[in-house]
Amino acid sequence: MTDATTENAPYAFVRRETLQQEPAPLSVAGPLAWIRTNLFSSPLNAILTLLCVWLVVDTVPGMVRFYFLDAVWTGTNRDACLADKIGRPVGACWAYVADRTQYFIYGSYPVAERWRVNIVFVMFALGVVWLLWNRAPLKKVGVFFFFVIMPASAFILLLGGDRAESFLRFLILVTFALAVLYLVLSFVPSLMTFWIGEGQLAVEEAMPAWQRFYRPKRLILMALVIFGILALLADRVGLPRVDTGLWGGMTVTFLISAVGIVFSLPLGVLLALGRRSKLPAIQLLSVIFIEFVRGVPLITVLFMANTMLPLFVPQEWSPDRLLRPLIGVALFAAAYMAEVVRGGLQAMPKGQYEGAMSLGLGYWQMMRLIILPQALRIVIPGIVNTFIGLFKDTTLVTIVGIFDFLRTIEATLIDPTWATPTTRSTGYAFAAIFYFLCCWGMSRYSIAVEKRLAAGQKR
Amino acid sequence: MSSIPSEQVSPGKASLFYDPKIRGYVYQAALVAIVVFLIWSAASNAIENLRAQKIASGFGFWHNAAGFDINQKLIPFSASGGSTYGDAFIVGLLNTLLVAGLGIVLATFLGFFIGVARLSNNWVISKLAMIYVEVIRNIPLLLQLFFWYNAVLKPLPNPRQSIELPAGALLNNRGLYLPDPQLGPGGSLIVWAFLIGLVATFVFRHWARKQQAATGRQYPIGWVALALIVVLPLLVYFVTGRPVSFIYPELAGFNLRGGIQIFPEFVALLIGLTTYTAGFIAEVVRAGILAVSKGQTEAAHALGLRNGPTLKLVVIPQAMRVIIPPLTSNYLNLTKNSSLAVAIGYPDLVQVFTGTVLNQTGQAVEVVAITMAVYLTISLVTSLFMNIYNKRMALVER
Repeated sequence: MTDATTENAPYAFVRRETLQQEPAPLSVAGPLAWIRTNLFSSPLNAILTLLCVWLVVDTVPGMVRFYFLDAVWTGTNRDACLADKIGRPVGACWAYVADRTQYFIYGSYPVAERWRVNIVFVMFALGVVWLLWNRAPLKKVGVFFFFVIMPASAFILLLGGDRAESFLRFLILVTFALAVLYLVLSFVPSLMTFWIGEGQLAVEEAMPAWQRFYRPKRLILMALVIFGILALLADRVGLPRVDTGLWGGMTVTFLISAVGIVFSLPLGVLLALGRRSKLPAIQLLSVIFIEFVRGVPLITVLFMANTMLPLFVPQEWSPDRLLRPLIGVALFAAAYMAEVVRGGLQAMPKGQYEGAMSLGLGYWQMMRLIILPQALRIVIPGIVNTFIGLFKDTTLVTIVGIFDFLRTIEATLIDPTWATPTTRSTGYAFAAIFYFLCCWGMSRYSIAVEKRLAAGQKR
Repeated sequence: MSSIPSEQVSPGKASLFYDPKIRGYVYQAALVAIVVFLIWSAASNAIENLRAQKIASGFGFWHNAAGFDINQKLIPFSASGGSTYGDAFIVGLLNTLLVAGLGIVLATFLGFFIGVARLSNNWVISKLAMIYVEVIRNIPLLLQLFFWYNAVLKPLPNPRQSIELPAGALLNNRGLYLPDPQLGPGGSLIVWAFLIGLVATFVFRHWARKQQAATGRQYPIGWVALALIVVLPLLVYFVTGRPVSFIYPELAGFNLRGGIQIFPEFVALLIGLTTYTAGFIAEVVRAGILAVSKGQTEAAHALGLRNGPTLKLVVIPQAMRVIIPPLTSNYLNLTKNSSLAVAIGYPDLVQVFTGTVLNQTGQAVEVVAITMAVYLTISLVTSLFMNIYNKRMALVER
């Protein structure tokens, strides 16, 4: 056969004589080889490389000079940053940022009351770390903390005044009543026969009293302690009302993001379940809501919340000016969250649903115990990405007149105290760094989670 | 559980309460009832509140005279000329479509370029592209718009000290002034030549493809296109005796007169939207190209195709399938993000209609509903077209 092809065929592709030996290849290791393969592999590449290097050399030293070498770091008013006052070229005016940091963080929140904001910041950070850090213990307690206790305490602490205090009293009453109820039930479990059935009761009765309802008790205990501390604070130090018009800066930015995530996630899960539901009316309503919200820009939703919401409720209930965009943002984020969660639900193999049903679980038990824990875990990166978008979108509340972080920057730029030619670039650079660090950090987290989730599938 | 005697369990006689079908009906009825109640109470509250505030309702305001002017308009509009709120709506809508359309085209080019650059073998280029993507995507668009508008375009010199650009264009803090081309006698022939060249190119391309499929011969489509689209109009231009003249912008008092003025708001919005969306498109393109398995490239190389044809004939057609769905949603995002125009004062739909018209008429419900309907229509129509296109591009399997 080989003979036939090599000897007789008119178009043989097989070479008959040996080639000249090629020279040894150029070095394939070391810095020179790296430069050759990565920077100058072809004439076009060489030109592009030189062009890029020129671009970097042209811009970077100027920026370094402006933002670091020529920058002014200390000072109390605009004179520190004026070139003719200090007799040298002036770059970024970081003194202005240092001077206004308090305003950027708290807005016009009264100075004497800012400790309340700090407590909320700490709680928020605690909740975020608790939920996002993989090895944090007691995740379920953490979820309860982040989605129930923290929002309630933040409302009480940030707003203060009569309404917050009566709300606090109500919360304490409810948790206390629940605590008493659980206490009674754990000593006299037979009270619950009508509720949990004979079989379950037998299991409960076999346990020692302190172990019964261990989980709910932890939640109630935590709620009692935290609300108790708040009540103590309200009693000793006093929580005077701080009008929402005074809130501003990063406080409001974080507040909007937190409200967005706390309300959009549960709402998004419900909408996603609704969209995958077999009941036509529920499915239709979910689809209409999701597609409607995703089809319009956030600004129109904010305008709607701002102008139409007050019309839709009786006048005495007219929502607070800060509450309106919060509702808009939460609903907007929920629609996007629903699509992310739906992706997770669709990625679940059918066997999971069938397995759960064959165990005799009802719809909500199946979702709560089998499907959602798995589905939500695989969409954590998607949730974080949605949240990054939400965090960036919080800047839009500026347009409906809320003093978020970006608005406080804009406000200080008009202020004559720091009116210098370089104030604007400094303020924008500071805002850019703030948003970049937050968003970039979150995206790093989501990539890390993605890697961890993919680790199981890797071969 | 096991203590229940078996004769008590009769499958046909379960109580209605536990029948999943009945339960489903009850749940749906309850949900519909809640939604209907919410809508009804919102509507009745709105009617009452509007009456209390003495605000008219209905769409009668559409034909009322608008008492304001808009600087950038694609159709004639002036307060003194008796333009109505309806005209203002159309001006705003056209401005939105203009900036969105241009933005989509530019962002696609920039995004593809950066996406490919991120995959380049060249270390410097791929790192620069990566920095671009990371920085652009992690900073809010609104901040970027403020930057372009307030920090870049606003500090430009005033009209008296305009920066002179090539070809008689001027740049200052009131915008970019371009020479205004005026067609003399016979000038329309050039436009016709251009259009004919365009059509002829498409016809030739179609023919050349057919020929290639039938005979395997390739024709220089690129050169022919260049000759038809560029050289032909140029030829006509010289043959007809150069009938195009320009009106150059020149200083008159404190302002410039003549020429085409491109407003800084428009430029800032266009640059902002383009660079921002390009960052996202770059990631989409990168993901799409990475999704084509390496074996495809290697097989193409083994067949003797060079890098260029491999990319054009093998990799990109397959990558497009992955790229198109997220690309569409990025286009829609750009269109929706163009509503941020309101923050820098570009007269788009939201700024003109939800801003000025709403403030003048106070008819929040109607105005916001119309605005939302416009964006919703754009979104739905785009996704419809993209679904059709997607179906055509989709892999045909057994």
